[in-house]
Amino acid sequence: MNVTVRYFAAVREALGSGEDVEVDSRADIASLRDALAARGGRHAEALGRQRVLRSARNRVLCAEGTALADGDEVGFFPPLTGG
Amino acid sequence: MSASRVSIRADDFDLGAEVAALRAGDGGVGAVCAFVGTVRERNDGAVVDSLELEHYPGMTEAAIESMINEAVRRFGVRAARVVHRIGPLAPTAQIVLVAVTAAHRGEAFQACEFLMDYLKTQAPFWKKEVGPGGARWVDARVTDDTALARWGIAAANAGAAAAAALDQRAAATSDTPAAAAPGLHAGAAPDTLAGALPGKR
Repeated sequence: MNVTVRYFAAVREALGSGEDVEVDSRADIASLRDALAARGGRHAEALGRQRVLRSARNRVLCAEGTALADGDEVGFFPPLTGG
Repeated sequence: MSASRVSIRADDFDLGAEVAALRAGDGGVGAVCAFVGTVRERNDGAVVDSLELEHYPGMTEAAIESMINEAVRRFGVRAARVVHRIGPLAPTAQIVLVAVTAAHRGEAFQACEFLMDYLKTQAPFWKKEVGPGGARWVDARVTDDTALARWGIAAANAGAAAAAALDQRAAATSDTPAAAAPGLHAGAAPDTLAGALPGKR
């Protein structure tokens, strides 16, 4: 299945605004993140487990254990600093 | 009404005009509370020439709408308005407005503070500071997580970093159950976030 990944703030600066990614039908946010980081290079640097990131599924903040469905939009970004 | 509760924009806002519009014609209002956040010329001791604010379009508006719904549920807020600016902002500029109306001052003060605490760690904004030494992304503060925890909500924002460090320490000390580490509970359990936010299901 396919998901649209979107990046923000420091992650966006490293990887661009986003990309479409094909994932396993049982994928969750954690496995998507690990698969992207496994590409190495900038992806490993920006999305690896040494980074503290938050994530969203379909524009709602959620834990990385959240399962994905075909067509989902997944956001990866640093901790939030608004207000 | 709900269509105009949230505005994310580059343009400045007028506190007086916003408050006037918020309470116009509502004779049940006995209290108006408004908070305005502004750009400091120094942050953590470093000179700030400008601040750049980025957000997640679509998600930001939905997240703040959900926060306002929660404030209405908890405090009986009559009306609320949140304006948050994006893009480059100079020192002394206004960044954010949270304004609420209620029948009495207690609810108005509480709802305004609740919305700001919630916004700091749950609305997808990121600040970048530009100063004489270059640009840097602002770090999230654990104190902002603590502020939200007062309302019974686990923020899991900046606390995630602290919790990850605690996890590693707990793993290194093999006999230490992770749950015994004080402070771990609030930050380390992002899975509890959805459960703690009935309005976000």
